[in-house]
Amino acid sequence: MALLRHTTDDVIERQALTVNPAKTCQPIGAMYAALGIHRCLPHSHGSQGCCSYHRSTLSRHYKEPAMAATSSFTEGSSVFGGQANLLQAINTIFSVYDPDVIAVHTTCLSETIGDDIPQIAETANNKGLIPEGKKIIHANTPSYVGAHTTGFANMTKAMVDYFATSTTEEKVEGQINLIPGWVEPADMREMKRIVKMMGLEGITFPDTSDVLDAPLRAEYKMYPDGGTTVEQLAATGDSSGTIALGPVCSGPAAEALKAKCQVPEDTLPLPIGLRATDIFVQHLRKYNGGEVPEAITAERGRLVDMVSDMSQYFYGKTVALWGDPDQLVSLTQFLVDLDMRPKYIITGTPGKVFLRRIAEVLGEEDVKKVVVKQGPQADMFYMHQLIKREKVDLLIGNTYGKYISRDEDIPLIRHGFPIIDRVGHQYFPTCGYRGAIRLCEKILDAFLDRQDRDSPEESFELTM
Amino acid sequence: MSTDRINTPDLKTPSEPFEVTTMTAEQIKDELTRQYPSKVKRKRDKQILLNEKIEEADGTLTLPVINANTRTSPGIITQRGCSYAGCKGVIMGPTRDIVNITHGPIGCGFYSWLTRRNQTKPPTDEHDNFMPYSFSTDMHDENIIFGGEKKLKAAIQEAYDLFHPKAIAVFATCPVGLIGDDVHQVCREMKRELSDCNVFAFSCEGYKGVSQSAGHHIANNGVFQHMVGNQKTEPEGKFKINLLGEYNIGGDAFVLEDMFERCGITLLSTFSGNSTVEQFEQSHWAQLNCVMCHRSINYVADMIEKKYGAPWIKVNFIGAKATAKSLRKIAEFFDDAELTARVEKVIEEEYPAVRKAQEEILPRTEGKRAMLFVGGSRAHSYQELFAEIGMKTIAAGYEFAHRDDYEGRKVLPDIKIDADSRNIEELSVEKDEEHFREPQTNADIEELKKGDFFQNYQGMMADMGEKAMIIDDVSHHEAEKLIEMCQPDIFCAGIKEKYAVQKLGVPCKQLHSYDYGGPYAGFQGAIQFYQDIDRMVNSKVKDMIKAPWE
Repeated sequence: MALLRHTTDDVIERQALTVNPAKTCQPIGAMYAALGIHRCLPHSHGSQGCCSYHRSTLSRHYKEPAMAATSSFTEGSSVFGGQANLLQAINTIFSVYDPDVIAVHTTCLSETIGDDIPQIAETANNKGLIPEGKKIIHANTPSYVGAHTTGFANMTKAMVDYFATSTTEEKVEGQINLIPGWVEPADMREMKRIVKMMGLEGITFPDTSDVLDAPLRAEYKMYPDGGTTVEQLAATGDSSGTIALGPVCSGPAAEALKAKCQVPEDTLPLPIGLRATDIFVQHLRKYNGGEVPEAITAERGRLVDMVSDMSQYFYGKTVALWGDPDQLVSLTQFLVDLDMRPKYIITGTPGKVFLRRIAEVLGEEDVKKVVVKQGPQADMFYMHQLIKREKVDLLIGNTYGKYISRDEDIPLIRHGFPIIDRVGHQYFPTCGYRGAIRLCEKILDAFLDRQDRDSPEESFELTM
Repeated sequence: MSTDRINTPDLKTPSEPFEVTTMTAEQIKDELTRQYPSKVKRKRDKQILLNEKIEEADGTLTLPVINANTRTSPGIITQRGCSYAGCKGVIMGPTRDIVNITHGPIGCGFYSWLTRRNQTKPPTDEHDNFMPYSFSTDMHDENIIFGGEKKLKAAIQEAYDLFHPKAIAVFATCPVGLIGDDVHQVCREMKRELSDCNVFAFSCEGYKGVSQSAGHHIANNGVFQHMVGNQKTEPEGKFKINLLGEYNIGGDAFVLEDMFERCGITLLSTFSGNSTVEQFEQSHWAQLNCVMCHRSINYVADMIEKKYGAPWIKVNFIGAKATAKSLRKIAEFFDDAELTARVEKVIEEEYPAVRKAQEEILPRTEGKRAMLFVGGSRAHSYQELFAEIGMKTIAAGYEFAHRDDYEGRKVLPDIKIDADSRNIEELSVEKDEEHFREPQTNADIEELKKGDFFQNYQGMMADMGEKAMIIDDVSHHEAEKLIEMCQPDIFCAGIKEKYAVQKLGVPCKQLHSYDYGGPYAGFQGAIQFYQDIDRMVNSKVKDMIKAPWE
């Protein structure tokens, strides 16, 4: 029996109904980004349910506490505005949870009412509700604009708007800013490792490593050891340059920093796969005199070795992909480099740039053979219909693909957000050369397990 | 009774006062609220109390008064969700053949997509099952500015064209309420237009009420108005019941469906675990309604009784003894020798395995201490299961309950209706002259009415130990302090609390999702629960937390 029994291959154009979305809403991205500031409590300005849903989804994905407060709007606040709620919340939060920063993001409710967060924060300040040295920052994240990635970008940009300061004309040599984009804590740790190996001092923001992968030590830290400190965020204005990974999630913050503190920026693809990591390392060379340590070149070589050794299993395999634009562009590039064939590429996140970038990655000729869809009705229901019309060898995307995987008997590699039915993604990076090796391993495991399962007894192979 | 009863031994440890070695319960209570701003503290002081029961000479209990179903103070890290979550997720989610369209930006529909473990079992490939799908109007800013009614209408049409469901339900999210889209009008129009599809809407905007509870009420009103009573011919079955407030988490409903079938009881509908439109539509033909989760659904039981005549009883199928007791209560209502014999036979068949499991596990669990802060019912009903393996519940509270869930239904007339509750519609229900039937039973109905047989719920506090700590709408801060001070052996909560609790080295059992385990209902479910708790409280991992050099 089919789990998605109502999905047929007959594609009817839809204008209004989204079925099985390949995106979610802004505030959850803002919440995740804010957790990457040290001693910061994210605050959801709206109804309780938004905060509850976002915390639950983040917890299910990271298997970690995701702490955030809410303005707990009721009908009254929806009519009269949420100022009283936010003022009370600020007072309560500083008394009870003592964060260094409260990062307020709005919801569709408070946006529709038109609550002005900076004005409310100023009122809180005038009323003496903000203790000395403590900060309130904010991002506008109406759920009816953009997607979860936009919310992440907006809160990351807010870190620049509120904290970055330029203290000298001269920029600090060897100090760069790294904006990692929406990736796993392990990816952030891996990117920092590469920066360090390149001999650079990096300020990474936001940084959820050591926040959303905290160890079990029989003690609970409301604010775990990780996260970018306010001092570091301030110092970003003095860095020699910014490397922003992923234009959707990291671009706006890098541009804001350039405008505010004249820090030059490069917005690069997320370093997933060989070429995107090459681009990352190449840009780091700008700041360290051009040296690439042998250890990094060796890591790269091991990746190339694995790709070369196992080429026969990658060649020509077709893939359906869905998720966030920054992830999809780099993943597509990597698959193409592995001689695989991305066939359906779907993101619910609006934004036309995505289509152009995917076209660049696929090349003028090949892009015509691929269905790329973004924005309204670019959902997993549509992707499933395409798969029913013409099957693929592999699915790459979040947990929600498991229903298609089972119905169509196609292996699924979990990548992106959210992954709520497997572990490992928090701990093992897919970024950088080492991450790419892991991605290859996962792809190979899927294909080789499949071959073992399907091959007749006489051709069941011991070595592969 | 014509059959010998199998003895269902009470393993419940005697109620003991709350105690930790270093602090009194009063001191703990003070510690929990010390850090709050004065306004918040004043409020929380009325929501945290010690279960000091006064037993009158005639046996009646006087319980302390708790402040429940009030707003959570802004800024507090709360367990609570919203009205939409209660309506779409909890109540309407488990019905397989309704296309549930969330009208709003994408988030609400996304987060409520499959996350409540709504299992279902369509009998054949031909039967509808929309549960693995998430439907939304994915509103964008232009819909917020110019209104979303047109898009909603088109979405309903597209859903109909694609899936031809029996019913389409629409759920209003926060911004929809603000911009004033008339979801009910849109649905009425579409229902007329589509003719063979029941289309209806819920005004369950997230800001309504103070918790999920408002959404349960809104959903149940909708189910009652739009579905209950639509089936005009009486279904087959000698002993027909409905099970209300059972949501089939982890397959609980499957266990209970099987159990009723073996007893010869016809389960007309489950509200709403593994449910269908047809079940709702025929539910008014039941002779008896059995209420599991009092909080989420007592309104429906009352409305059915008033309109159609079937009385309701409180049951609990969580816990082996509770299950046996509830089955016997149903048999007592029908008072039929054959039914009673079959019920006793089922208990007799099931109980040996239960006893065996209890005997095996008891030495490892007896005397251990649990805290439960969940839901509107589970914080009470799961105490039965813990008691069956000798574990004490030293602190408990509900996430979204009202006073009657703590203090029993006798306080209903005393509950003050505040502004947040007044906004939730109370349906005025009248007797349906055509379909109303006096209770159909062999039992002496007047005699049953005299006792506490019908419409009775004693509340959680009556069952809990003296001076146990009762906390309504527990906050993260309080939970953390409570665990640090009292060091329970297990803490029961939800996903948002789970990992924070576990960082402290205390296992956290999720009682909303069952940690992806279960079923825990009925006899087999009870055994499953004992085993899961044994594993959790005796897991080796807690001895490994400190490194040898630490």
